[in-house]
Amino acid sequence: MTFERDARTALADGQLRGALRQATTLFGERRRAALATAPDWEGARDRARAIKDETLEHLDRYLEQFTANAERAGARVHWARDAAEACDIIGGIAERRGARSVVKSKSMVSEEIHLNAALARRGIEPVETDLGEYIVQLAGETPSHIVVPAIHKTKAQIAALFADKLGIAPSDDVATLTAAARDALRRRFAEADLGISGVNFAVAETGTILILENEGNARLTTSLPRTHVALMGIEKVIPRFPDLDVFLQLLPRSGTGQVLTAYQSLITGTKHRPEDEGPEELHIVVLDNGRSRMLASRVTRQALACIRCGACLNACPVYRQIGGHAYGSVYPGPIGAVLSPQLFGLARSAALPYASSLCGACRDVCPVKIDIPALLLHLRAQVVERGAGTHRVLERLAFRTYAAVMTRPRLFGWVVGFARRLRIMPPLSAWTKWRDLRPLAPRSFREQWRAGLRDEGDPDA
Amino acid sequence: MRVSLFVTCLADQLWPSAAVGAVHVLRRVGCAVEFDERQTCCGQPAFNTGYRPAARVLARRAIEIFESSAADAIVSPSGSCTAMVHHYDQLFDDDAWQARARGVAERTHELSSFLVNRLGVEDVGASFSGRLTWHDACHGLRDLGIKHEPRRLLRHVKGAELIELPPPGAETCCGFGGTFSVKCPEISVAMLDEKVDAIERAGVDAVVSGDVSCLMQIAGRLSRRGSTVRAIHLADVLASTR
Repeated sequence: MTFERDARTALADGQLRGALRQATTLFGERRRAALATAPDWEGARDRARAIKDETLEHLDRYLEQFTANAERAGARVHWARDAAEACDIIGGIAERRGARSVVKSKSMVSEEIHLNAALARRGIEPVETDLGEYIVQLAGETPSHIVVPAIHKTKAQIAALFADKLGIAPSDDVATLTAAARDALRRRFAEADLGISGVNFAVAETGTILILENEGNARLTTSLPRTHVALMGIEKVIPRFPDLDVFLQLLPRSGTGQVLTAYQSLITGTKHRPEDEGPEELHIVVLDNGRSRMLASRVTRQALACIRCGACLNACPVYRQIGGHAYGSVYPGPIGAVLSPQLFGLARSAALPYASSLCGACRDVCPVKIDIPALLLHLRAQVVERGAGTHRVLERLAFRTYAAVMTRPRLFGWVVGFARRLRIMPPLSAWTKWRDLRPLAPRSFREQWRAGLRDEGDPDA
Repeated sequence: MRVSLFVTCLADQLWPSAAVGAVHVLRRVGCAVEFDERQTCCGQPAFNTGYRPAARVLARRAIEIFESSAADAIVSPSGSCTAMVHHYDQLFDDDAWQARARGVAERTHELSSFLVNRLGVEDVGASFSGRLTWHDACHGLRDLGIKHEPRRLLRHVKGAELIELPPPGAETCCGFGGTFSVKCPEISVAMLDEKVDAIERAGVDAVVSGDVSCLMQIAGRLSRRGSTVRAIHLADVLASTR
């Protein structure tokens, strides 16, 4: 019920819908333009998916290989079964290193495990350094998009927020606003003793992690503080270094419509000589948190191929209307509607698989060809099978009646004939509140067929 | 060529002119048309809502009915129901039923795709005066890859002018989505209003589509908003000769 309520609230918010329409349209256009610069887009999608499928098939092996190679290069790899374990590991590192000031670059997995709240309980207040994340943190909100966290905010709202929280003179000049954020964040970078980042790809054969970004904040987060903690889901590993090529073609184009992001940080272990740059310690936290359950079947496994580009959100006509917060999950939109029930439990997210018209726009734009509509249908069948969600009693009865009528053509004919004569319309207030309902035709096709259409004759008869 | 008409329950009961039109057009291009009166619903509402056992029962029934026909092709005035038949194999675990499902799917075509791709016909001898715009139904477009076929057919209709929809465009969902339209009615109508706004901006006399489900959704809102734009099924346009 929260989904329905929150979606209704979103639909009534004119500013939100204006911001969403503008941003998702712009990202869609940029994506299409960037696609034109790719030499073989369809081929790249197929290759990327094949690499992901191969990796997921032997995930245990590739994770072990990644761990061994990363540790050989000087990193320390930690395995976390769930959110609580991951938060404990990171909190423990922060305490052992005596970290007081923590900077963070953008990481959806850290949102998934509610890391900031967990660190706050230990008296540590991490600062988000991605501009969008910083805006969301200042506003006391959560990201509403996996690539564009503050997509729900208008420029005017951000101007008011900065005037209030950063004490700057009110301005709607973008350069002034970003300069104010940069000013505030540079001070935090300078004093930070721990940096926390996400991971876009982890290369098994070299133990390298790759982080893509545009603001340079992830580069600072991973190089300035004495300690770097990188947090990744188990599905981020890929087998070989050259595999990065295809993903670097796909991810920036799909996510932000860029041929390449402004920064690509490849990090292999820690510095080896004292005069080298970079942190003294690199900790890589590898998180399961429900992902290994999804490996079990071929249908559900494909969601682990997701590279978090956000293209499906921008393309989704439902997301474009309601935005991310209504989904009530860190992962909104089409991919969120298939990830959330699997990661956080079907009972908690039973409405999400139904938050789609199954139009398939998400599948068309997905750079790794995840069949999101098929996954939604799979999850809907699970919702029905397990009796999760609400309204199931009446719905079950309706579908039982439907099946009984539709398997008996004479009963079907009798029911529709009866409804037609008495002009009975189904009680569909959810339809008729906004739309006129088309009445049953005076004569059905089959009646017209019997009454003469059949015998009007075929061309060569 | 012998064709078995897969009428779909919605066209049969709510938009019979589309099915009658399909019969006329098919006969005009030289097909013999048969209709098996045992057919009811393809099972899509159950499948899309998660009621797989009910969908399976209806799928088995439809497979048996269409297997019993010796027609060269099964043709439907619906991309959505045709796509459902193409998904039937997902409902079965055993190889025998999967093979039977695929056998029927191979013979099942959406009307515009059948005319253009199977028969090679683009001019069906129709005339219809008016400015028209096309709405791509999602399953026809994205599940079956039907995009150029209806447009080619419409461009050959005498007296008709085809105008592409302004943004968000012909390819954006109208918000119907089967039970989605009543489970999430406010979102469905928000999507629909963008579509209807675009239709009204296009300055057309009618919006044409290949699926009764989308047409019900669009027509229902056009009518509620008091618009003069009509919603018409492709088969109605192609059957028209005046």
